[in-house]
Amino acid sequence: MKLTTMHDAIATYVHDGDTVAIEGFTACICFAAAHEIIRQGRRDLVLCRMTPDLVYDQMVAAGCARKLVFSYLGNPGVGPLHAVRRAVEKSIPAPLELEEYSHFGMVARYIAGAYCLPFFPLRSYVGSDLPKVNPRIQFVESPYGDGPVAVVPPLNPDVAIIHAQRADVNGNTQLWGLLGAQKEAAFAAKHVIVVVEEVVDEEVIRSDPNRTLIPGLIVDAVVHEPCGAHPSYVQGYYDRDNDFYLRWDEISRDEAATRAWLEEWVYGVRNRAEYVEKVGQETWERLKPAQAWARPVNYG
Amino acid sequence: MSDYSPSEMMIVAAARALAGIRTVFVGVGLPNIACNLAQRTVAPDLELVYESGVYGARPARLPLSIGDPALVTGALSVCSMADLFGLYLQGGRIDVAFLGGAQIDRYGNLNTTVIGDYAHPKVRLPGSGGACEIAIHARQVFIIMRLSRRSFVERLDFLTSPGHLGGSGERERLGMPGRGPQVVVTDKCVFRFDPASGEMVVMSLHPGVRLEDVRAEMGWDPRVSPNLTETEPPTPEELRLLREELDPLGVYRS
Repeated sequence: MKLTTMHDAIATYVHDGDTVAIEGFTACICFAAAHEIIRQGRRDLVLCRMTPDLVYDQMVAAGCARKLVFSYLGNPGVGPLHAVRRAVEKSIPAPLELEEYSHFGMVARYIAGAYCLPFFPLRSYVGSDLPKVNPRIQFVESPYGDGPVAVVPPLNPDVAIIHAQRADVNGNTQLWGLLGAQKEAAFAAKHVIVVVEEVVDEEVIRSDPNRTLIPGLIVDAVVHEPCGAHPSYVQGYYDRDNDFYLRWDEISRDEAATRAWLEEWVYGVRNRAEYVEKVGQETWERLKPAQAWARPVNYG
Repeated sequence: MSDYSPSEMMIVAAARALAGIRTVFVGVGLPNIACNLAQRTVAPDLELVYESGVYGARPARLPLSIGDPALVTGALSVCSMADLFGLYLQGGRIDVAFLGGAQIDRYGNLNTTVIGDYAHPKVRLPGSGGACEIAIHARQVFIIMRLSRRSFVERLDFLTSPGHLGGSGERERLGMPGRGPQVVVTDKCVFRFDPASGEMVVMSLHPGVRLEDVRAEMGWDPRVSPNLTETEPPTPEELRLLREELDPLGVYRS
């Protein structure tokens, strides 16, 4: 039984200076965990994500991070991440180091970490300037005579935080829709926190084992946090709050407005339940997804 | 005055370049709408592939990002990004990929990383995303960009995604599986690449555009095809699909 509160999960598994991966590609980004990390005042974190997105922009604005490891630094479809840019360009609120890869390079780093390999080869980076600015991207000669191949080192976060639709109390976790690199990040991490929209009986998990992305075996804590991925989305539960992604572009341009937003929406609420209440019914109605049920399959 | 915008001409020209194509790696914004238009016109068997892990998307509405939930609903397959990049892209299953960038040079090399010096950039751009490996592996790369002196530069500040690098033959020498950039669609003209040099060549001018308008927006003096033509303007049906079905709010058309 690994069910706990977000407060306790973060207090136990996220420490100053840790390497943290809150993964999820556009979907299932655990803002609830990020906000709790901000509230608990963590510092000097190395934040890993393919797409830092608003979640790390907010954490950088709050002064939690010393470094980003990433492959796409933007507010998807909207523009730049202003808080990250302030940190990189003006050291506000603190200097921020960048270590960048391509998407496949980041995925490959998680795979190397999860498979316990010293590196993972991929056919990328040839002709690109990326290896010139990131010495951790290297080329090795294929031992089978196929010429040079790019390699990246393992990424083993101290903790991976994965948001999903459902899990049982032991952390057997089912996720559908975009899968990103959550499985690889979770298996690569030393500790795993899963945050779910619903806690279900083990029987529900066992009725559809192909959908289990992460086994309880590697999970340390399960947090039940409905709407915990807002303003990102959870397939079948709530849609992406594209209005907020646009609004953040405005808010985050201004340092004071960003601080005021954090004050109101992160420090100003005690937990996610208060945030959900504050967001209000009108927004949740607007984000209600359509019905598109899968047909059941026979596992007998 | 024409009854369509330069963006509409650009989207239509890009969609037509996809005639007969089976798999296309779609980006956000203009490529997205161009691919959706192609699927309804010149390439009915086109399967839309998104780096978020979606193969065979049939979005009911125009997706706002490559991770839009509308891409998942009704798709043929949704897989992990390890599978998408490893099996689909590196596995050689992608016919065409759309890319763009803040800067492009005459060989179709792209910069999406920084303007200025890397350590102290004037503008910090998003970076590679999947573009670096997409540029290496897709059989063909199509580029959509607005023509401007700031973007079409003699020298890139940073080479994120390789085009024809220093010229024709270099990709083959480095063992890159894809053929690299084949076409650049802009709001003023369409470029293709000269097989001998690997350089961009003006192939057709959009109606009403003169060659000097194109030259005025470029950081180098471009090669011009001896068979320079005028781009076929959008048909009423293409415009109807764009305006009524694909982009009723006009987000991408202005």
